[in-house]
Amino acid sequence: MGVWIMAGITFREAARKKILWTALLAGAAFLLVFGIGLHFQVGDFRNSSVPPFLRYQVVSAMLMIGLYTVDLLAVVMTTLTCVDTISGEITSGTIHAIATKPLARWQILIGKWLGFVAMSGVYVAIMFGGTIAEGYWIGGVLAQHPVSGGVLVFLECIVALSVTFMFGTWFSTLTSGVITLGLLGVAFLGGWLEQMSGFTEGSRLAMVGIISSLVMPSEAVWRRAAFEMESPLAGSLQFSPFADVSIPSPAMIGYACVYLLIALAIAVYHFGERDL
Amino acid sequence: MRKDFKGKVAVRDLTLSVRQGEIFGFLGPNGAGKSTSIKMLLGLAKPTSGEAWVLGVPSGDVAIRRRIGFLPENFRFYEWLTPAELLRLHGQLCGVDAGQLSERVPALIDLVGLSPHRDKRLQNFSKGMLQRVGLAQALIHEPDVIFLDEPTSGLDPLGRRMVRDIIRAQRERGATVFLNSHILSEIEITCDQVVFIREGEVVTSRDLRTQHEEAVRVEVRARKLTDQCVAGLARWSTSVQVDEEWLTFMTLSRESLPEILRYLAASGADVYQFTPQRMTLEELFISVMGEDRGF
Repeated sequence: MGVWIMAGITFREAARKKILWTALLAGAAFLLVFGIGLHFQVGDFRNSSVPPFLRYQVVSAMLMIGLYTVDLLAVVMTTLTCVDTISGEITSGTIHAIATKPLARWQILIGKWLGFVAMSGVYVAIMFGGTIAEGYWIGGVLAQHPVSGGVLVFLECIVALSVTFMFGTWFSTLTSGVITLGLLGVAFLGGWLEQMSGFTEGSRLAMVGIISSLVMPSEAVWRRAAFEMESPLAGSLQFSPFADVSIPSPAMIGYACVYLLIALAIAVYHFGERDL
Repeated sequence: MRKDFKGKVAVRDLTLSVRQGEIFGFLGPNGAGKSTSIKMLLGLAKPTSGEAWVLGVPSGDVAIRRRIGFLPENFRFYEWLTPAELLRLHGQLCGVDAGQLSERVPALIDLVGLSPHRDKRLQNFSKGMLQRVGLAQALIHEPDVIFLDEPTSGLDPLGRRMVRDIIRAQRERGATVFLNSHILSEIEITCDQVVFIREGEVVTSRDLRTQHEEAVRVEVRARKLTDQCVAGLARWSTSVQVDEEWLTFMTLSRESLPEILRYLAASGADVYQFTPQRMTLEELFISVMGEDRGF
């Protein structure tokens, strides 16, 4: 019961953060720009001699670019909204009134985590669903496996969320935010290096990319999502965030799930042990 | 209990007991370890060594918190909540059912004087108003033990009297109140017992129901007071002042008065007046703690 009360209040707290509304505003602007761009491209195709199959591939590629933007927005928004929920409340003393209630520490942390999971889910559903809908209604294309892709993008957000929670039980808001964003940067770079290794067949470069993905599997999850959703043309684009040069295996998705559970378990353990 | 932080001792050796149903004052200068001690009693911090029991179970026990209320110093919470929403939330966390909450929430808002502000969000509240709503949340589940950390620090005189009345009402209900406050005049008229702690150790305790019989300030008019004689008074007192014929000092026990008088006479002083006076808690505090050492 306590977990759900905490989840509910955390969801409401998160929904009132300016960063969420800023991210939604940015998302709305993105959907508007994406929709207009897609509309113009489709209009241009009507007056051109581009063959239909190529038109389809170009619009599909545009859709993937849009979904990649949504993915970045969702991960960054999730990280920034939850970064102060543990460390900030410890610093301000807000946590004292809660942690002295008949709730185990793990219930507080898991409740908060569930609240942000729900918020992240709503954000991904709105933004991801909006982009897919625009691609279908304006561009006439549908991602290959939109549900799988959406779930994987959501998983990527939960990985970032759990890591942020873990660092939040140790460090200040600023420090845990910097570390998490730094790890996301490492994952981003590792993803590109792995893509490049597929193109150049450089095994040592691939190793660097794989290790980066093991350190922070968020980008690997996105590349699997892109593989699930992409059209063949988009997948064949080299050096792009959705190229199918190096596709993370289902085992990597399993690793990401274990990774987030371990991060969450560490957060629960350390939050339970530390002084507040 | 003992608590170390990275090699620094916050609480050296705290040993105390609080009787059920009393209002217990916890006094000490800044940095004496009061807040850390309260945190350990509530399970917010773990002692480096030692143990504490609250209501017969080890401190930090989750289930027993249904019977414990806590007002933190500088209470703050999500600012978008109204007082009624905040109380309902804390009541739910304490397992209070909806029927009881529908009665208690408006009653407590009224009790702490926030009825005109019941629909305003906390972001518009002053520090004193936040203290009031914080006090209400500490009482929402009618706890048996209530820890109040500086409950009147942001309140005006009327607010302080309200808190005093609420604390007394809780005692009448049978609750035990553990009160940490710097406002000694409040402690003096509210508490049944106080302990003075310094550097994480209990220096002394006083039963305020009888302390006026024990701790006294003495005014002496005497001649032929030598420096050696005045210095010798340190055996009974930490605060001795001399102004020509007037000697003023404080002593923690009336029992020592005849001995002091004999000492003065034996030292060759001609004593014309020897007047024991009632000591305020503030005087007692200074007597116990000594002068401000810049904590």
